[in-house]
Amino acid sequence: MSTEVAPEVAKTRRFKFNWVDSFLWFVRVAAIIAITIGVVGSFQNFAAGEGPSAVAWRDLIISSISTGSMYGLIALGYSMVYGVLGFINFAHGEVFMSGTMVGLISATILFRSGFWDSNPFISIFVVLIVAMITSTLVAIVIERVAYRPLRGAPRLIPLITSIGVSFFVQYTFAGLFGVALRNYPPAPPQLAQTISIFGLPISGTRALVIAVAIISMIGLWYFVTKTKTGSAMRAVAEDKEIAGLMGIDVDKTIVTTFAVGGAMAGVAGLMWALLFRGVDFLTGFLPGIKAFTAAVLGGIGNLPGAMLGGVILGLFEGVGPLLVLGGLGIPGVSQLKDAVAFAALVLVLIFRPTGLLGERLGSEDRV
Amino acid sequence: MRPDRYSRKWGVVAGIVVAFIGAIGMLDSFNNRMMISPILSLGYIALFLPIAVFGYLAARGEVNILEEPRRNVAEGAAKGGTAGFIAGLVAVAFMVVTNPYNLNEFFPNINSAMYEIMTFALGLGIGSVVLIAALAGVGALGGALYGVGDQMRGGILRAVGWILGMALFELVISDIIDVREIVRLIYARGGGLQVWSALVIGGLAWWLSVRYKGKSAQFSEMAKTSEAGSRLRYSLIGLGILLLVFLPMLVGGIVNELLINVALFILMGLGLNIVVGLAGLLDLGYVAFFAVGAYGMAVLTSPLSPTLAPMLNWWVALPIVMILATIAGILVGTPVIRMRGDYLAIVTLGFGEIVRILLLSDWLTPFFGGAQGITRIPGVVTGPVSISGTSPELFIYMTMIFVAIAAYISYRAQNSRVGRAWAAMREDEDVAEAIGISTVQAKLLAFVLGAVIASFAGALFSAKVGTVFTNSFDVLVSIIILVVVIVGGMGSIRGVAFGALMLIGVLGGPKSQGLLTEFSEFKLLIYGGILVYMMLRRPEGLLPSVRRSRELHAEEAEQDAWLDRTGEFVAEDAEEATT
Repeated sequence: MSTEVAPEVAKTRRFKFNWVDSFLWFVRVAAIIAITIGVVGSFQNFAAGEGPSAVAWRDLIISSISTGSMYGLIALGYSMVYGVLGFINFAHGEVFMSGTMVGLISATILFRSGFWDSNPFISIFVVLIVAMITSTLVAIVIERVAYRPLRGAPRLIPLITSIGVSFFVQYTFAGLFGVALRNYPPAPPQLAQTISIFGLPISGTRALVIAVAIISMIGLWYFVTKTKTGSAMRAVAEDKEIAGLMGIDVDKTIVTTFAVGGAMAGVAGLMWALLFRGVDFLTGFLPGIKAFTAAVLGGIGNLPGAMLGGVILGLFEGVGPLLVLGGLGIPGVSQLKDAVAFAALVLVLIFRPTGLLGERLGSEDRV
Repeated sequence: MRPDRYSRKWGVVAGIVVAFIGAIGMLDSFNNRMMISPILSLGYIALFLPIAVFGYLAARGEVNILEEPRRNVAEGAAKGGTAGFIAGLVAVAFMVVTNPYNLNEFFPNINSAMYEIMTFALGLGIGSVVLIAALAGVGALGGALYGVGDQMRGGILRAVGWILGMALFELVISDIIDVREIVRLIYARGGGLQVWSALVIGGLAWWLSVRYKGKSAQFSEMAKTSEAGSRLRYSLIGLGILLLVFLPMLVGGIVNELLINVALFILMGLGLNIVVGLAGLLDLGYVAFFAVGAYGMAVLTSPLSPTLAPMLNWWVALPIVMILATIAGILVGTPVIRMRGDYLAIVTLGFGEIVRILLLSDWLTPFFGGAQGITRIPGVVTGPVSISGTSPELFIYMTMIFVAIAAYISYRAQNSRVGRAWAAMREDEDVAEAIGISTVQAKLLAFVLGAVIASFAGALFSAKVGTVFTNSFDVLVSIIILVVVIVGGMGSIRGVAFGALMLIGVLGGPKSQGLLTEFSEFKLLIYGGILVYMMLRRPEGLLPSVRRSRELHAEEAEQDAWLDRTGEFVAEDAEEATT
């Protein structure tokens, strides 16, 4: 008897129904269908002359790209820290916020003295330097106080720590600066006007933001790939222990990573100031999470990926609500901007968890 | 003479802490609360306590477990005093640097009130000298505390602890005593202990601690081992439960209100404890399930629910809410099941925010009321009585019942097959899978159990408050529940209860005030600080579960074992050498 049963068991094991996989397939299919219907609906509306005009769409895309490049710059910090230490530095959004908040002081002083209007570019450069220095210092202090004692701890411990750090820094700034929203001085007239690039009209501020992002990205790329410190960083990201054996000062390299990430967050802080002007102690929270989304979207640990992910996430949340949800006939789509960004994170992790350009993790973090 | 390394280090840190406390406005807002009337306010305690602690640390110097610590009063006082002196210099430097500029505009709390407190209202010149002297003195006291004998130190710490505790918890204590004449004996009219009652309390605590030194340890040892002890232990537990049952009757409405908040957070903490503590899944969007419970109950029971208003009884609606929570748990749990631990954290955070944004959006306003929320939610109608927030003495029992249910569920789950599966999964997912544990099932079960328990809390919350708005469900709530679980001890039921009592009861929850209303402005700062401190120093929590603590200290245990072994080898070598 028993000899006859065995092959039958083998036969029934051919196909195993799996609830999780089928659910995920259902989500994938549903997402694609919903997005398609939404986009088609929007095009139909557009063809019928309803909804936003072509010019409005174009402006929306341009502004989304500039916001997205800001996310990209913040995402670089997440990506670099994740590549090297293998944990999400939840407090990175606060590093960005600290840059804008302290930059505000310098901007206000420059504005009062009239220098802001007479020499806008020098003033913005000064604010940029102040923001970068602040963010860098905050990042280094956080690393020294909170993360260094946790080397080698289980993965979730530094993540939880970074949540605590995030709240601590947030409410420190709330205590220091007060909880009111403060505004940067208005953009100087030279920047406020619309200029034309390749025939595209674009506001001066947004053009500056995109230019700053591109320049920082090139600088960072050069730093990471061509300099000695950069190769040390890549070596440490690959394998801390062996990098140490090769004579690289691992602690110093990790501090450098935090410092560079912090400096990029400082640049992003200036961009926030130019784009939105208003800052308060909660400024860092949402951009922080979105930037992490951007880092995952591009492939965590991958620097060009972070930048690309930022721009794409900017487009998702800028254009997505109107294009997809508007097409589905959902009212009040602009309120759903943040929800779209978070939904993008979920969908990316369902569709392609390694990100668009592939993740680059150290040897111990690869699963 | 060059000061000792640790005096310098801790002195500078203490000085920075003082400047920090001043700059964020803590001194000023704490100064309105009297602790010992009229000589000591909470503000000065905030100024002096860190100095004493850092003075103590300076006197301790390097911790070397192999050597017997050197305890000497004069030496400790000198080191602590040096640290305090340096702290004073840093604080004065901070004042001198900031004073000439009008920083008020950017830093609203660096203002004349701050300078006045830090200089004891004596002006910057004399005040600075006094501040340095005072901080040096307090630092010396802290350092001397390290130098005195164990018994003495224990007595002093108890005394200080009791005085601070009695002063801080004035509200509850006078509420429980409830006889005006006796309250006036202890507390002054404007708040704060009377000077002489503080002395009596301190003296009593000191005397008791010295008199019964070591007795409590003996006692708990006896309770653990002997038969009479175990009977005693059960009767103590029984007494505790009796006290819990009668406590709400003894205290007034305000304290009951507070206890309800604490109980709701214990409930949510127990739920999150299953997800984070037992199954090891870091869920940062836990508030979403709380929202499902609250909004589900609101829609099902309120007559003012915008579209669908079946106006059910609370008890009838509860099973439906539980089903909704189960579905929500599965919907959130399934997509994240294959994700890495840290991605899971961020994605659940995203889910939590998506829920809040959707509830607030125009799109779903026709169902959930958007920013207007849902109002006029009836209480828990049980027979003739309706239990709601207006009768906190009754409502506290409702929450207690659900806390008991949740505690029972966690306790049973922890020690069952699935509990062991969670433990295995927490330690190594691949190995757990390999030995035949269905990690998918185990994870989903954790999510669903957590979701259902959170929905209990939500259902109770909406019945208590009578209205639900989206701002009760932001990400802060998730984080605070997480802090409660972590401070108490991941995986430990009594830890969660303790954590909620300490944090929500004393500091206050996300939207509610705790006993120490002065802290409400700074509670999130403190929450963040506590979270970091706990992770760095005591990741297993204050009342840890044995198992979890072993996992977190696995490496140390290995090291100890290794040290023991090498010790044996050394001993063997020595033996061989002698023979």
